[in-house]
Amino acid sequence: MTAGWTAEGGHGAVPTDGVPVEPAPGPVRADWPLWEVFLRGRRGLNHVHVGSLHAADAELALHHARDLYTRRNEAVSIWVVPAAAITASSPDERDPFFAPSGDKAYRHPTFYRLPEDVPHL
Amino acid sequence: MTAPQPHGAGPAGPAGPADDLADDLAVYADLVHETDDGRWAFGTGFTDPLAGVDTRVPAGIDGGALAMYCRMLGDDALVHSQRLQEWVTRAPELEEETAIANIALDLLGQARRLLTRSGTADGSGRSEDDLAYWRAPHEFLSVPLADHRDADFAELVARVLLLATWRQAVCLELRHGADPVLAAIAASAATELRYHREHAALWVVRLGRGTELSHRRMQAAVDRLWPLRGELYRDPPVVARLPGVAVPAAAVRDAVEDALSGVLDRAGVDGPPPGPATGAGRDGHHGPDFAEMIDELQSVARAHPGASW
Repeated sequence: MTAGWTAEGGHGAVPTDGVPVEPAPGPVRADWPLWEVFLRGRRGLNHVHVGSLHAADAELALHHARDLYTRRNEAVSIWVVPAAAITASSPDERDPFFAPSGDKAYRHPTFYRLPEDVPHL
Repeated sequence: MTAPQPHGAGPAGPAGPADDLADDLAVYADLVHETDDGRWAFGTGFTDPLAGVDTRVPAGIDGGALAMYCRMLGDDALVHSQRLQEWVTRAPELEEETAIANIALDLLGQARRLLTRSGTADGSGRSEDDLAYWRAPHEFLSVPLADHRDADFAELVARVLLLATWRQAVCLELRHGADPVLAAIAASAATELRYHREHAALWVVRLGRGTELSHRRMQAAVDRLWPLRGELYRDPPVVARLPGVAVPAAAVRDAVEDALSGVLDRAGVDGPPPGPATGAGRDGHHGPDFAEMIDELQSVARAHPGASW
């Protein structure tokens, strides 16, 4: 992975070089740490990454996420995660990471005849 | 204060320039399973707090007094909102600016409903706009604490904490009042104010227990603002004319004081006692920079009378 980038996807990779991200108390910093925001919708089962924000600590990150990402009743639950806590695969290593799966048709369950009377398949 | 209609600019627009926006919203796609309003990606979830409420003034309530009481509460919200809006583009961080603007918008919404109620209660038919934009500064009835111009961020959060704590306590009582419209407005405002209080309290504690500098400035803000709450504990004469409707200060004072000292204790900040109350503000008397703020608040409406968008 490339150091200094957040997880790919959502609102995109955000450079984090030089951005302090540990939420623990410590010396006074000029910048607030970066947090990634995940929401679960009213009928959703899982939390979905929707973007990121800066906040002084976890509690305020939740408040900011509430103000920035749930203005129109999008969610019933919010997760905030320090961006530095995310280990992401790198765009540079995409080929060695994902290409080997491309020609392995047997990994896809397409060779079975589905019985008519089995529901929910 | 005629707001743009919410349905005019739904987030899911047609193809074309809106495509970028649609891409941007695609990250939400997995959150959406069903909407109750096709114009909005997530449904509006709107509930009108005044839906189904009879807006006639109940028998036995003095309409003129009720109108004046609504203007007092409405002006507190309107003026505090305007002072908070002065921070937009000047806040320390973008995220916090959104939080401040959010609080200001909530208060503006409360002001709109209260001023509208004032216009119907006294039979004058004055609209929220008439009352907000076409009154002179001495006709505004807000308390000095709402009028105050914050010198720094510490004063901003101290003032939100103070006003939201008091206002929430008043609204919780108003919910059971004899005027159904005021009760409905208060019930919806109370939930908003709870959040304002929580957000401001987080900051007061954080700054109070932060660095030596942040503690000093938080203490200075509390020293400056806390005495002004004396005016909140003095009943204007109109309260006595509205038994069962208006909330007397005695009904909320203890709860407000407990809540405030709870936060200050955690913040390690000392709160001075309430200062003397003269009724200033509620009688139309305001400080020297009040007219300047009202002038800015009214400037667009007065430059383009009757304009709408």
